[in-house]
Amino acid sequence: MYDFSIITTAIDQFLRSLMPAGLVTFLECVLIAVCVLVAYIMLAIVMIFMERKVCAAFQCRLGPMRVGFWGLLQVFSDVFKMIIKEIIDFKRTDNLLYNLAPFLVVLSSVLTFSCLPFANNLEVLDFNVGLFFIMATSSFGVLGIMLAGWSSNNKFSMIGAMRSGAQMVSYELSIGLSMLTLVALSGTLQLSEIVERQADLWFIFKGHIPAAIAFIIYLIAGNAETNRGPFDLPEAESELTAGYHTEYSGMGFGFFYVAEFMNLFIVSGIAATIFLGGWMPLHIPGLDAFNATMDYIPGIVWFLGKTFFVIWLLMWARWTFPRLRIDQVITLEWKYLMPIGLVNLLIMTLCVVMGWTF
Amino acid sequence: MRKKQYSYWSTFCFAIKSIFTGLKVTLTEFFTPKVTEQYPENRKTLKISERHRARLFMPHDENGNNKCIACGLCQTACPNGSINITTKTLTDEATGKSKKVLVSYEYDLGCCMFCQLCVNACPKNAIEFCNDFENAVYDRKKLVQKLNK
Repeated sequence: MYDFSIITTAIDQFLRSLMPAGLVTFLECVLIAVCVLVAYIMLAIVMIFMERKVCAAFQCRLGPMRVGFWGLLQVFSDVFKMIIKEIIDFKRTDNLLYNLAPFLVVLSSVLTFSCLPFANNLEVLDFNVGLFFIMATSSFGVLGIMLAGWSSNNKFSMIGAMRSGAQMVSYELSIGLSMLTLVALSGTLQLSEIVERQADLWFIFKGHIPAAIAFIIYLIAGNAETNRGPFDLPEAESELTAGYHTEYSGMGFGFFYVAEFMNLFIVSGIAATIFLGGWMPLHIPGLDAFNATMDYIPGIVWFLGKTFFVIWLLMWARWTFPRLRIDQVITLEWKYLMPIGLVNLLIMTLCVVMGWTF
Repeated sequence: MRKKQYSYWSTFCFAIKSIFTGLKVTLTEFFTPKVTEQYPENRKTLKISERHRARLFMPHDENGNNKCIACGLCQTACPNGSINITTKTLTDEATGKSKKVLVSYEYDLGCCMFCQLCVNACPKNAIEFCNDFENAVYDRKKLVQKLNK
């Protein structure tokens, strides 16, 4: 498998030969920040296009076809429209919090995004409590949503933010439990280690039944975490106009929109990493020729392929089911997903202790 | 009527079953050919249903004769008054009987609401609706058409 650290070390060596060490560290930080943000935006654009096309296909339509070949320039024109829109200030909004909220949401998703291992040694943040860090950073996105709802001085925003708070705090539990199930199997929280340990077989096959149950729970809770249908009741355009981002216009709204899509990408990326092997090619123990052939496909293709497959699964669910009521959302979490997740964690621990894994 | 109470596990099983029913429906929809018509581009291959009522017209045979007997039933049947028939009376020289003949059959597309009452009223099937739907013009006067030749 191709090791990306060859390129990064080469760049590092080159820069060190030119300038002092302190400046090199600073320059590398800036370079990485630019790379992460560019990748973030490009993936967001791909995701928005995919959402439009997949949604259209599920509704027996074609989706955007006129702007550019096969509608490829549609998203760019949407982004351009959003950039040139006026940002409106309202009376009696809490101005500081109102302007801070979209940045908090984006910050949380960018931090989580930079933890994803894209290929062998191609990851920005990698340390021994990586999965824990992901759970921590992804959960303060809800803070931005609550602030947006509170500071907008609008009843719809307030209701949307409250729903979002109740929903996201509840579903954090299921996400955490299903991640813990896999941590029990892998024995590490470091994301690069987790991927390395799936070199012989992906965890969803290694952990068989409990891993599959954890995968399904993770997908449901992940869909709820990203505020997407059937759990989109914080936005609920038919009841709350647009929920917590009703009062936002221009790029303020754009940040929420992009962060929502990128949270979907991140949730799917983590699902791909901890359940489906991340950038690790499909290896089946015993079939050495097959494994060697699979190694020729680069890791980033594997990672993006798996991630977009999981995104497609989540979009499938989104465009199939009607929106849940708030009491149904809470019931689903506290009466069904969390007990099942707890029992599932117990089963997985038992399997690991008794050695009943592949 | 009181709602029937289901147990925890029966709702659970029912929910899983119904989730997969829904997912199956959308998955088949995902792979079926799409129904979107890309209209101006596909004008050559566009298929409009035969039953679509877009414009009233009067079929003529190869000699330019129509089947209209100028009875005026369609004009009476029309709720909007969009049909206006002008007639004249001719006397047949051989038999000496007088006969009503159609001079002009004026049809105002702008007033028509496509109810098909005129076609139903016609005793000779002299008029019918066709599916030629591109009828937009810039002047309202152009919507008044003379149907007979």
